[in-house]
Amino acid sequence: MKKPLLQVNHLTKKFGGLTANHDISFQVFEQEILSVIGPNGAGKSTLFKLISSFLRTTSGEIIFDGNKISNLAPHIVARMGIVRTFQETTIFKNMTVRESVVVAHHIRAKANLFGYFLGTSTARAEEKEFARSADEILDFLQLSSLANEVASNLPQGHLRALGIAIGLASNPKILLLDEPFAGMNHDETMQMVELVRKVRDRGVTILLVEHDMAAVMRISDRIIVLNFGEKIAEGTPAEIQENEQVIEAYLGKEEDLVGLYTC
Amino acid sequence: MGLIIMQNKKILFTALFLIFVLVIIPSLIVMTSRWDLYYTLSSVALLAIASAGVWLTFYIGRINIGQGAFALVGGYVTAILITKAGFSFWLALPFSGLFAAFISVLIGLPILRLRGVYFAMITLVLTEVGRLSALALPITNGAKGISNIPLPGELSFAGITIIPDFASFENPRMAFYYLASVLMILCFATLYRLSNSRLGHLCRSMQQNEELTSSIGVNIAAIRIIIFALSSFMGGIGGSIFAVMSQSIYPSSFQVADSINFMLNCFLGGLGYVFGPMLGTVVLYFGWDLLFQTGKYQMLIYSSLLIISMLVLPNGLLSIRLSGRKKS
Repeated sequence: MKKPLLQVNHLTKKFGGLTANHDISFQVFEQEILSVIGPNGAGKSTLFKLISSFLRTTSGEIIFDGNKISNLAPHIVARMGIVRTFQETTIFKNMTVRESVVVAHHIRAKANLFGYFLGTSTARAEEKEFARSADEILDFLQLSSLANEVASNLPQGHLRALGIAIGLASNPKILLLDEPFAGMNHDETMQMVELVRKVRDRGVTILLVEHDMAAVMRISDRIIVLNFGEKIAEGTPAEIQENEQVIEAYLGKEEDLVGLYTC
Repeated sequence: MGLIIMQNKKILFTALFLIFVLVIIPSLIVMTSRWDLYYTLSSVALLAIASAGVWLTFYIGRINIGQGAFALVGGYVTAILITKAGFSFWLALPFSGLFAAFISVLIGLPILRLRGVYFAMITLVLTEVGRLSALALPITNGAKGISNIPLPGELSFAGITIIPDFASFENPRMAFYYLASVLMILCFATLYRLSNSRLGHLCRSMQQNEELTSSIGVNIAAIRIIIFALSSFMGGIGGSIFAVMSQSIYPSSFQVADSINFMLNCFLGGLGYVFGPMLGTVVLYFGWDLLFQTGKYQMLIYSSLLIISMLVLPNGLLSIRLSGRKKS
């Protein structure tokens, strides 16, 4: 059995009286693509924010690489190697694609900010290295032709790729993708699936939250299904497709279906 | 090739600017014997320093209407250190800036979490708190303020005089002009360097999206504090020199109206340009004075012009010159 890279143990998150995540446990293994799916309001986004430490847990813990990471500041978790992407509206709107990716290399910076201010030789060498690496990432994600475009002018598909580029710049061990296929047509989805696979083949473990069932079935090594804040199923895409509880959660109980047909 | 030309152009502009400020203006004043202009221009330079601080907080996406408080802190620290503790001005000056920065760190830790109008309102209140504290505290001497602050003495190092005693000048105002303008140039050089370094890029990222910035591993809380402290340091320095130049400081020396003016200077000059606050200060200061002749309509015309300029030039005056070019 492979050693898990990320372990989520009995994670619970309450917002006042509302339990958004209840006693969720699972593991993420190195270099796999694990998807979290579930109907609206199932607690996917909450789980996502808990893992990237944008929210504090109520109870339970998250272990990454042997260290407890729950409730640390988001930038510390990012520095440890868990980097999240956002949905496409969250970008540096007025910066060019290249600038965004260069600035996202911050985690790798060894010279401190004062060194950068003074322009020490380390700082200058690093800036050069970041620019080179940014070009490599843009090339990898086929964004090179848009490098000098201001981010707010990009179409949706490219914005998503830019989000991933920003994530990759920080050299993550796990990349958390927030609904990478939302609002895409079939062709765009397929392109994105390819892109995510390519990123995984770079050695990055992928954890993604998604609505689009077709894409999820196609891309995932394993799937976790949430419903009303609880994990109801976990398994390979084939297993999930067969799972009665999942079918129920997505399509309603059989009686409901009958009711639907009669009216 | 293009880069070298741009470099040369920058050096040329800088040189021209330095010559204009340090040589041409003083010689014009000598020729026309308008000695009062020294005082006016020194004030403009000091206001530009304080506005540069406000510009910095804009740079991390915070509207700062509290610079008046920090200028007041700087002024009072200088006044108290010189008159009560017998400090030399040259020691009191950096100390005032550092003290203002220290206060801003204490205040900034809780309030810098706020954004938008909430941060703006708190800082607005800060200015008023500054004025009321100066009225109430025993050490600040209440409404009477602190007057008769002596002129800066000699600054010497190992027996060599670096800056002579201001009182020994035939016209101390000229000395103040040089002091204020040199500090202003240093301040804007720092700003320029900062905005072109990684710290500046991170500030721009934060201005656009703080969550995304923290997701790339940036300690945004630390950067906010650094920037706010630097901003207040500039406010403190401006206030400090202002106190010795006018040889007095009162609770009303820096009020809400001043804080708002610092902010307007940035708006008018252009938030996207490092030298925006400097231009904004010059235009706003002299614009107000020029409108003096319109008598009771002064405020009406002044505010109408401001509103129009913000409608027509939302990116500030500097966007006129650069509109033809690609924004860097």
